[in-house]
Amino acid sequence: MKFADEFRNKAIAQGIARAIGGEVSSQRAYRFMEFCGGHTHAISRYGLEDLLPANVRMIHGPGCPVCVLPASRIDMAIRLVDRPEVTLCVYGDLMRAPGSQGQSLLRAKALGADIRMVYSTLDAIRLAEQAPSREVVFFAIGFETTTPPTAVMIRIAEKKRLKGLSVFCNHVLTPSAMHSILENPKIRDTGGVPIDGFIGPAHVSTIIGTQPYEPLAEQFGKPIVIAGFEPLDVLQAILMLVRQVNEDRNEVENQYSRVVTREGNRRAKDEVSQIFELRAQFEWRGLGLVPNSGLKLKPAYAQFDAETRFAIHDLRVADNPACECCAILRGAKRAVDCKLFGTVCTPETPIGSCMVSSEGACAAYWTYGRVRDEPLRRTS
Amino acid sequence: MCLSVPAKIAKILPNDMAIVSIDGISLEISIALVDELEVGDCVLVHVGYALAKIDPVEAERTLELLQELGSAGERRS
Ligand code: SF4
Repeated sequence: MKFADEFRNKAIAQGIARAIGGEVSSQRAYRFMEFCGGHTHAISRYGLEDLLPANVRMIHGPGCPVCVLPASRIDMAIRLVDRPEVTLCVYGDLMRAPGSQGQSLLRAKALGADIRMVYSTLDAIRLAEQAPSREVVFFAIGFETTTPPTAVMIRIAEKKRLKGLSVFCNHVLTPSAMHSILENPKIRDTGGVPIDGFIGPAHVSTIIGTQPYEPLAEQFGKPIVIAGFEPLDVLQAILMLVRQVNEDRNEVENQYSRVVTREGNRRAKDEVSQIFELRAQFEWRGLGLVPNSGLKLKPAYAQFDAETRFAIHDLRVADNPACECCAILRGAKRAVDCKLFGTVCTPETPIGSCMVSSEGACAAYWTYGRVRDEPLRRTS
Repeated sequence: MCLSVPAKIAKILPNDMAIVSIDGISLEISIALVDELEVGDCVLVHVGYALAKIDPVEAERTLELLQELGSAGERRS
Protein backbone atom coordinates (compact mmCIF):
# COMPACT_ATOMS: atom_id res chain seq x y z
CA MET A 1 0.00 0.00 0.00
CA LYS A 2 1.44 3.36 -1.02
CA PHE A 3 2.49 5.53 1.97
CA ALA A 4 2.40 2.51 4.26
CA ASP A 5 4.72 -0.23 2.98
CA GLU A 6 7.68 2.11 2.48
CA PHE A 7 7.49 2.92 6.19
CA ARG A 8 7.82 -0.74 7.22
CA ASN A 9 11.30 -1.51 5.82
CA LYS A 10 13.07 -3.94 8.12
CA ALA A 11 16.67 -3.03 7.28
CA ILE A 12 16.01 0.67 7.85
CA ALA A 13 14.24 -0.16 11.11
CA GLN A 14 17.27 -2.07 12.33
CA GLY A 15 19.54 0.78 11.28
CA ILE A 16 17.48 3.34 13.19
CA ALA A 17 17.36 1.05 16.21
CA ARG A 18 21.17 0.93 16.12
CA ALA A 19 21.27 4.70 15.86
CA ILE A 20 19.07 4.89 18.98
CA GLY A 21 21.40 2.42 20.73
CA GLY A 22 24.36 4.58 19.79
CA GLU A 23 22.83 7.81 21.05
CA VAL A 24 21.34 6.81 24.40
CA SER A 25 23.38 7.51 27.49
CA SER A 26 23.94 4.44 29.63
CA GLN A 27 23.72 6.71 32.67
CA ARG A 28 19.99 7.30 32.46
CA ALA A 29 16.60 5.81 31.72
CA TYR A 30 14.35 7.02 28.91
CA ARG A 31 10.66 6.49 29.63
CA PHE A 32 8.41 7.53 26.80
CA MET A 33 4.64 7.33 26.77
CA GLU A 34 2.97 6.60 23.47
CA PHE A 35 -0.35 8.28 24.02
CA CYS A 36 -2.24 6.56 21.21
CA GLY A 37 -3.48 3.01 20.89
CA GLY A 38 -2.36 3.11 17.26
CA HIS A 39 1.25 3.40 18.39
CA THR A 40 0.78 0.68 21.02
CA HIS A 41 -0.52 -1.54 18.25
CA ALA A 42 2.47 -0.79 15.97
CA ILE A 43 4.98 -1.32 18.80
CA SER A 44 3.47 -4.71 19.67
CA ARG A 45 2.76 -5.85 16.14
CA TYR A 46 6.24 -5.14 14.81
CA GLY A 47 8.05 -6.11 18.03
CA LEU A 48 9.67 -2.68 18.24
CA GLU A 49 10.43 -2.98 21.95
CA ASP A 50 12.80 -5.85 21.14
CA LEU A 51 14.84 -3.49 18.96
CA LEU A 52 15.28 -0.86 21.68
CA PRO A 53 18.10 -0.61 24.23
CA ALA A 54 17.17 -1.84 27.71
CA ASN A 55 17.11 1.66 29.18
CA VAL A 56 14.49 2.89 26.69
CA ARG A 57 11.06 1.92 27.94
CA MET A 58 7.74 2.51 26.27
CA ILE A 59 4.71 3.18 28.45
CA HIS A 60 1.31 2.58 26.95
CA GLY A 61 -0.87 5.61 27.45
CA PRO A 62 -4.61 6.04 27.60
CA GLY A 63 -5.11 6.93 23.95
CA CYS A 64 -7.76 4.45 22.95
CA PRO A 65 -11.27 5.89 23.03
CA VAL A 66 -12.91 2.56 23.86
CA CYS A 67 -10.39 1.90 26.65
CA VAL A 68 -11.02 5.21 28.37
CA LEU A 69 -14.80 5.08 28.13
CA PRO A 70 -16.11 4.43 31.64
CA ALA A 71 -18.57 1.61 32.34
CA SER A 72 -21.17 4.22 33.25
CA ARG A 73 -21.48 5.42 29.65
CA ILE A 74 -22.04 1.84 28.44
CA ASP A 75 -24.71 1.44 31.12
CA MET A 76 -26.34 4.67 29.96
CA ALA A 77 -26.43 3.39 26.37
CA ILE A 78 -27.94 0.12 27.54
CA ARG A 79 -30.69 2.05 29.32
CA LEU A 80 -31.28 3.90 26.10
CA VAL A 81 -31.81 0.73 24.06
CA ASP A 82 -34.27 -0.53 26.65
CA ARG A 83 -36.66 1.85 24.93
CA PRO A 84 -38.42 -0.08 22.16
CA GLU A 85 -38.38 2.81 19.72
CA VAL A 86 -34.59 3.18 19.76
CA THR A 87 -32.08 1.81 17.22
CA LEU A 88 -28.53 2.32 18.46
CA CYS A 89 -25.68 2.61 15.94
CA VAL A 90 -22.20 1.82 17.24
CA TYR A 91 -18.67 1.38 15.94
CA GLY A 92 -17.81 -2.33 16.15
CA ASP A 93 -15.07 -1.97 18.82
CA LEU A 94 -17.65 -0.82 21.27
CA MET A 95 -19.84 -3.93 21.20
CA ARG A 96 -17.77 -5.85 23.76
CA ALA A 97 -16.82 -2.87 25.91
CA PRO A 98 -17.68 -3.81 29.47
CA GLY A 99 -20.38 -1.96 31.36
CA SER A 100 -21.08 -2.75 34.98
CA GLN A 101 -22.03 -6.25 36.14
CA GLY A 102 -20.94 -8.04 33.00
CA GLN A 103 -23.20 -5.97 30.76
CA SER A 104 -22.19 -5.04 27.23
CA LEU A 105 -23.94 -3.88 24.09
CA LEU A 106 -23.30 -7.31 22.58
CA ARG A 107 -25.20 -8.86 25.43
CA ALA A 108 -28.00 -6.34 25.17
CA LYS A 109 -28.25 -7.12 21.47
CA ALA A 110 -28.41 -10.86 22.18
CA LEU A 111 -31.26 -10.08 24.57
CA GLY A 112 -33.16 -8.36 21.78
CA ALA A 113 -32.09 -4.72 21.76
CA ASP A 114 -31.93 -3.06 18.34
CA ILE A 115 -28.20 -2.36 18.05
CA ARG A 116 -26.47 -2.03 14.68
CA MET A 117 -22.76 -2.02 14.03
CA VAL A 118 -21.77 0.76 11.67
CA TYR A 119 -18.50 1.60 9.95
CA SER A 120 -19.26 5.28 9.47
CA THR A 121 -21.64 8.03 10.53
CA LEU A 122 -22.84 7.89 6.93
CA ASP A 123 -24.35 4.46 7.73
CA ALA A 124 -26.33 6.01 10.58
CA ILE A 125 -27.74 8.61 8.18
CA ARG A 126 -28.78 5.85 5.77
CA LEU A 127 -30.49 3.95 8.58
CA ALA A 128 -32.38 7.05 9.74
CA GLU A 129 -33.53 7.68 6.17
CA GLN A 130 -34.70 4.11 5.72
CA ALA A 131 -36.57 3.95 9.02
CA PRO A 132 -38.17 7.36 9.60
CA SER A 133 -40.41 6.03 12.35
CA ARG A 134 -37.44 4.85 14.48
CA GLU A 135 -35.32 6.84 16.91
CA VAL A 136 -31.85 6.22 15.46
CA VAL A 137 -29.15 7.11 18.01
CA PHE A 138 -25.51 7.21 17.02
CA PHE A 139 -23.14 6.24 19.88
CA ALA A 140 -20.46 8.84 19.16
CA ILE A 141 -17.08 8.01 20.61
CA GLY A 142 -13.51 8.97 19.85
CA PHE A 143 -10.88 11.65 20.04
CA GLU A 144 -10.54 14.65 17.75
CA THR A 145 -10.20 12.25 14.80
CA THR A 146 -13.73 10.87 14.91
CA THR A 147 -15.44 14.05 16.10
CA PRO A 148 -15.53 15.83 12.71
CA PRO A 149 -17.41 12.91 11.05
CA THR A 150 -20.01 13.15 13.83
CA ALA A 151 -20.31 16.90 13.22
CA VAL A 152 -20.78 16.33 9.49
CA MET A 153 -23.49 13.76 10.27
CA ILE A 154 -25.43 16.28 12.36
CA ARG A 155 -25.11 18.92 9.66
CA ILE A 156 -26.43 16.48 7.03
CA ALA A 157 -29.26 15.39 9.35
CA GLU A 158 -30.23 19.03 9.80
CA LYS A 159 -30.14 19.69 6.08
CA LYS A 160 -32.16 16.59 5.28
CA ARG A 161 -34.54 17.27 8.19
CA LEU A 162 -33.96 13.82 9.62
CA LYS A 163 -36.07 14.14 12.74
CA GLY A 164 -35.35 10.67 14.09
CA LEU A 165 -31.54 10.92 14.27
CA SER A 166 -29.60 11.88 17.39
CA VAL A 167 -26.17 11.50 18.97
CA PHE A 168 -25.11 10.04 22.31
CA CYS A 169 -21.96 12.11 22.58
CA ASN A 170 -18.81 10.70 24.20
CA HIS A 171 -16.17 12.62 22.26
CA VAL A 172 -13.08 13.48 24.28
CA LEU A 173 -10.07 15.74 23.88
CA THR A 174 -6.47 14.61 23.76
CA PRO A 175 -4.51 17.59 25.12
CA SER A 176 -6.63 17.75 28.30
CA ALA A 177 -5.98 14.03 28.93
CA MET A 178 -2.23 14.53 28.51
CA HIS A 179 -2.45 17.49 30.85
CA SER A 180 -4.29 15.36 33.38
CA ILE A 181 -1.70 12.56 33.22
CA LEU A 182 1.06 15.03 33.92
CA GLU A 183 -0.69 17.13 36.52
CA ASN A 184 -3.29 15.07 38.34
CA PRO A 185 -1.98 14.45 41.88
CA LYS A 186 -4.10 11.31 42.13
CA ILE A 187 -2.15 9.84 39.24
CA ARG A 188 1.19 11.09 40.48
CA ASP A 189 0.60 9.56 43.91
CA THR A 190 -0.69 6.19 42.79
CA GLY A 191 2.50 4.85 41.38
CA GLY A 192 2.49 6.22 37.84
CA VAL A 193 6.00 6.11 36.45
CA PRO A 194 7.87 9.29 35.60
CA ILE A 195 7.61 10.16 31.92
CA ASP A 196 10.49 11.70 29.96
CA GLY A 197 8.56 12.44 26.81
CA PHE A 198 5.54 11.67 24.68
CA ILE A 199 4.94 10.22 21.26
CA GLY A 200 2.00 12.37 20.26
CA PRO A 201 -1.07 11.15 18.38
CA ALA A 202 -0.89 10.74 14.62
CA HIS A 203 -4.41 11.09 13.37
CA VAL A 204 -5.75 13.32 16.12
CA SER A 205 -3.01 15.73 15.08
CA THR A 206 -4.11 15.70 11.43
CA ILE A 207 -7.16 17.54 12.78
CA ILE A 208 -5.84 19.71 15.62
CA GLY A 209 -2.30 20.21 14.32
CA THR A 210 0.83 20.33 16.46
CA GLN A 211 0.13 23.73 17.98
CA PRO A 212 -2.14 22.58 20.89
CA TYR A 213 0.74 20.53 22.34
CA GLU A 214 3.09 23.49 22.59
CA PRO A 215 1.80 24.81 25.96
CA LEU A 216 2.03 21.25 27.37
CA ALA A 217 5.64 20.78 26.32
CA GLU A 218 6.51 24.15 27.77
CA GLN A 219 4.52 23.95 31.00
CA PHE A 220 5.67 20.48 31.97
CA GLY A 221 9.08 20.49 30.40
CA LYS A 222 8.43 17.34 28.36
CA PRO A 223 9.38 16.78 24.73
CA ILE A 224 6.54 15.70 22.46
CA VAL A 225 7.06 14.18 19.01
CA ILE A 226 3.99 13.75 16.82
CA ALA A 227 4.49 10.50 14.89
CA GLY A 228 2.79 8.36 12.26
CA PHE A 229 1.60 4.82 12.99
CA GLU A 230 4.02 2.85 10.82
CA PRO A 231 7.00 1.16 12.52
CA LEU A 232 9.63 3.45 10.97
CA ASP A 233 7.62 6.48 12.09
CA VAL A 234 7.61 5.22 15.67
CA LEU A 235 11.33 4.43 15.67
CA GLN A 236 12.23 7.81 14.22
CA ALA A 237 10.08 9.50 16.86
CA ILE A 238 11.90 7.58 19.61
CA LEU A 239 15.24 8.72 18.19
CA MET A 240 13.97 12.32 18.08
CA LEU A 241 12.84 12.04 21.72
CA VAL A 242 16.18 10.56 22.80
CA ARG A 243 17.96 13.48 21.14
CA GLN A 244 15.72 16.03 22.85
CA VAL A 245 16.29 14.40 26.24
CA ASN A 246 20.05 14.31 25.66
CA GLU A 247 20.07 17.96 24.65
CA ASP A 248 17.72 18.99 27.45
CA ARG A 249 15.15 20.33 25.00
CA ASN A 250 11.37 20.22 25.49
CA GLU A 251 9.90 20.97 22.13
CA VAL A 252 7.02 19.80 20.00
CA GLU A 253 8.46 18.16 16.90
CA ASN A 254 6.57 16.75 13.95
CA GLN A 255 7.76 13.44 12.52
CA TYR A 256 4.50 12.97 10.59
CA SER A 257 4.91 15.96 8.30
CA ARG A 258 3.42 14.08 5.34
CA VAL A 259 0.00 14.51 6.92
CA VAL A 260 0.22 16.80 9.96
CA THR A 261 0.74 20.57 9.91
CA ARG A 262 1.01 23.06 12.78
CA GLU A 263 -2.52 24.37 12.19
CA GLY A 264 -4.23 21.07 11.46
CA ASN A 265 -7.36 20.74 9.34
CA ARG A 266 -9.17 24.07 9.57
CA ARG A 267 -12.30 22.85 7.81
CA ALA A 268 -12.68 19.92 10.22
CA LYS A 269 -12.06 22.16 13.23
CA ASP A 270 -14.73 24.59 12.01
CA GLU A 271 -17.27 21.79 11.61
CA VAL A 272 -16.59 20.69 15.19
CA SER A 273 -16.71 24.14 16.76
CA GLN A 274 -20.02 24.93 15.07
CA ILE A 275 -21.74 21.97 16.66
CA PHE A 276 -19.95 21.05 19.88
CA GLU A 277 -18.95 22.80 23.10
CA LEU A 278 -16.89 21.78 26.12
CA ARG A 279 -18.34 19.82 29.02
CA ALA A 280 -17.17 21.13 32.39
CA GLN A 281 -15.85 17.62 33.10
CA PHE A 282 -16.03 14.13 31.70
CA GLU A 283 -15.24 10.80 33.32
CA TRP A 284 -12.35 8.74 31.91
CA ARG A 285 -11.69 5.15 32.80
CA GLY A 286 -8.44 5.18 34.71
CA LEU A 287 -8.22 8.94 35.00
CA GLY A 288 -11.44 9.82 36.81
CA LEU A 289 -13.18 13.13 36.18
CA VAL A 290 -11.05 15.25 33.88
CA PRO A 291 -12.01 18.94 33.57
CA ASN A 292 -12.74 20.32 30.10
CA SER A 293 -11.95 16.99 28.47
CA GLY A 294 -15.22 16.07 26.80
CA LEU A 295 -17.59 17.56 24.26
CA LYS A 296 -21.36 17.88 24.13
CA LEU A 297 -23.75 19.31 21.58
CA LYS A 298 -24.43 23.04 21.71
CA PRO A 299 -27.91 23.98 22.99
CA ALA A 300 -28.86 25.01 19.43
CA TYR A 301 -28.53 21.35 18.46
CA ALA A 302 -30.38 19.97 21.49
CA GLN A 303 -32.84 18.13 19.23
CA PHE A 304 -29.92 15.98 18.04
CA ASP A 305 -28.61 15.35 21.57
CA ALA A 306 -29.74 11.92 22.81
CA GLU A 307 -28.95 12.83 26.41
CA THR A 308 -31.39 15.76 26.30
CA ARG A 309 -33.90 14.10 24.04
CA PHE A 310 -34.28 10.97 26.17
CA ALA A 311 -33.41 12.58 29.51
CA ILE A 312 -30.65 10.08 30.26
CA HIS A 313 -28.68 11.11 33.28
CA ASP A 314 -25.11 10.62 34.32
CA LEU A 315 -24.45 7.41 36.20
CA ARG A 316 -21.44 6.53 38.30
CA VAL A 317 -20.37 2.89 38.54
CA ALA A 318 -17.26 1.32 40.01
CA ASP A 319 -14.87 -0.69 37.82
CA ASN A 320 -14.11 -4.36 38.56
CA PRO A 321 -11.64 -4.11 41.46
CA ALA A 322 -9.34 -6.87 40.15
CA CYS A 323 -8.91 -5.20 36.76
CA GLU A 324 -5.68 -3.23 36.50
CA CYS A 325 -6.75 -1.12 33.52
CA CYS A 326 -6.48 2.07 35.56
CA ALA A 327 -2.87 1.41 36.56
CA ILE A 328 -2.07 0.33 33.00
CA LEU A 329 -3.58 3.50 31.56
CA ARG A 330 -1.41 5.52 33.93
CA GLY A 331 1.76 3.66 32.98
CA ALA A 332 2.08 2.23 36.50
CA LYS A 333 1.63 -1.41 35.47
CA ARG A 334 1.78 -3.62 32.41
CA ALA A 335 -0.87 -6.00 31.13
CA VAL A 336 1.09 -9.01 32.39
CA ASP A 337 1.00 -7.59 35.91
CA CYS A 338 -2.76 -8.17 36.04
CA LYS A 339 -3.69 -11.53 37.50
CA LEU A 340 -6.76 -11.78 35.29
CA PHE A 341 -4.72 -11.33 32.12
CA GLY A 342 -5.03 -14.30 29.80
CA THR A 343 -6.99 -16.35 32.31
CA VAL A 344 -10.36 -14.84 33.07
CA CYS A 345 -9.75 -11.89 30.79
CA THR A 346 -9.19 -12.45 27.06
CA PRO A 347 -10.40 -10.62 23.94
CA GLU A 348 -13.32 -13.09 23.83
CA THR A 349 -14.27 -12.44 27.45
CA PRO A 350 -12.89 -9.00 28.30
CA ILE A 351 -13.17 -7.80 31.87
CA GLY A 352 -11.61 -4.41 31.39
CA SER A 353 -11.66 -2.06 28.45
CA CYS A 354 -7.92 -2.46 27.72
CA MET A 355 -8.75 -5.94 26.45
CA VAL A 356 -11.73 -4.88 24.39
CA SER A 357 -10.36 -2.78 21.62
CA SER A 358 -7.65 -4.25 19.42
CA GLU A 359 -5.66 -1.11 20.20
CA GLY A 360 -5.96 -1.54 23.96
CA ALA A 361 -2.76 -2.29 25.86
CA CYS A 362 -3.95 -5.69 27.17
CA ALA A 363 -5.28 -6.78 23.77
CA ALA A 364 -2.01 -5.75 22.10
CA TYR A 365 -0.06 -7.83 24.62
CA TRP A 366 -2.44 -10.72 24.20
CA THR A 367 -2.14 -10.71 20.43
CA TYR A 368 1.54 -10.01 19.94
CA GLY A 369 3.50 -9.99 23.17
CA ARG A 370 2.15 -12.68 25.43
CA VAL A 371 4.72 -15.37 24.74
CA ARG A 372 7.62 -12.98 24.96
CA ASP A 373 6.50 -11.72 28.36
CA GLU A 374 5.97 -15.16 29.91
CA PRO A 375 9.45 -15.51 31.50
CA LEU A 376 9.18 -11.99 32.85
CA ARG A 377 5.97 -12.96 34.53
CA ARG A 378 7.38 -16.08 36.14
CA THR A 379 10.42 -14.40 37.62
CA SER A 380 8.48 -11.48 39.04
CA MET B 1 -10.62 2.68 16.35
CA CYS B 2 -7.94 5.22 15.43
CA LEU B 3 -6.61 3.12 12.61
CA SER B 4 -6.78 4.89 9.30
CA VAL B 5 -5.59 3.86 5.86
CA PRO B 6 -3.98 5.78 3.03
CA ALA B 7 -6.08 5.68 -0.14
CA LYS B 8 -6.04 7.19 -3.63
CA ILE B 9 -8.94 9.27 -4.96
CA ALA B 10 -10.27 7.48 -8.05
CA LYS B 11 -13.39 9.52 -8.74
CA ILE B 12 -15.05 12.60 -7.26
CA LEU B 13 -18.81 12.23 -6.78
CA PRO B 14 -21.50 14.84 -6.03
CA ASN B 15 -22.38 15.83 -2.44
CA ASP B 16 -18.82 15.75 -1.11
CA MET B 17 -18.42 12.03 -1.82
CA ALA B 18 -15.64 10.21 -3.66
CA ILE B 19 -14.54 6.75 -4.69
CA VAL B 20 -11.12 5.79 -3.38
CA SER B 21 -9.05 2.74 -4.04
CA ILE B 22 -7.15 0.95 -1.29
CA ASP B 23 -4.93 -1.85 -2.55
CA GLY B 24 -7.27 -2.32 -5.51
CA ILE B 25 -10.44 -2.28 -3.42
CA SER B 26 -12.92 0.51 -4.16
CA LEU B 27 -14.71 2.31 -1.38
CA GLU B 28 -17.13 5.23 -1.31
CA ILE B 29 -16.11 7.84 1.25
CA SER B 30 -17.00 11.36 2.28
CA ILE B 31 -14.62 14.16 1.37
CA ALA B 32 -16.60 16.79 3.27
CA LEU B 33 -13.68 17.45 5.61
CA VAL B 34 -10.88 18.10 3.12
CA ASP B 35 -10.64 21.02 0.71
CA GLU B 36 -9.64 20.90 -2.92
CA LEU B 37 -9.14 17.24 -3.66
CA GLU B 38 -8.45 15.93 -7.13
CA VAL B 39 -8.38 12.51 -8.73
CA GLY B 40 -4.98 10.95 -8.01
CA ASP B 41 -4.52 12.66 -4.62
CA CYS B 42 -3.79 10.42 -1.65
CA VAL B 43 -5.79 10.85 1.53
CA LEU B 44 -5.98 9.30 4.94
CA VAL B 45 -9.32 7.54 5.39
CA HIS B 46 -10.88 7.06 8.80
CA VAL B 47 -14.41 5.81 9.57
CA GLY B 48 -15.50 6.52 6.01
CA TYR B 49 -14.14 10.07 5.82
CA ALA B 50 -11.02 11.55 4.27
CA LEU B 51 -9.28 13.30 7.18
CA ALA B 52 -6.28 14.82 5.45
CA LYS B 53 -4.40 14.90 2.21
CA ILE B 54 -1.07 13.08 2.23
CA ASP B 55 1.71 15.36 1.00
CA PRO B 56 3.88 13.29 -1.38
CA VAL B 57 6.81 15.72 -1.17
CA GLU B 58 6.89 15.54 2.64
CA ALA B 59 6.50 11.74 2.47
CA GLU B 60 9.54 11.54 0.18
CA ARG B 61 11.52 13.84 2.47
CA THR B 62 10.69 11.68 5.53
CA LEU B 63 11.67 8.52 3.66
CA GLU B 64 15.01 10.02 2.63
CA LEU B 65 15.67 11.07 6.21
CA LEU B 66 14.74 7.60 7.46
CA GLN B 67 17.11 6.03 4.96
CA GLU B 68 19.88 8.34 6.11
CA LEU B 69 19.21 7.62 9.78
CA GLY B 70 19.06 3.92 9.03
CA SER B 71 22.37 3.84 7.20
CA ALA B 72 24.02 6.04 9.84
CA GLY B 73 22.95 3.38 12.35
CA GLU B 74 24.41 0.69 10.08
CA ARG B 75 27.78 2.44 9.97
CA ARG B 76 27.82 2.84 13.71
CA SER B 77 27.63 -0.90 14.27
S1 SF4 C 1 -6.07 -8.07 31.58
FE1 SF4 C 1 -8.25 -7.60 31.59
S2 SF4 C 1 -8.74 -7.35 33.72
FE2 SF4 C 1 -6.53 -7.21 33.56
S3 SF4 C 1 -6.09 -5.04 33.32
FE3 SF4 C 1 -6.28 -5.87 31.28
S4 SF4 C 1 -8.41 -5.57 30.75
FE4 SF4 C 1 -8.28 -5.31 32.97
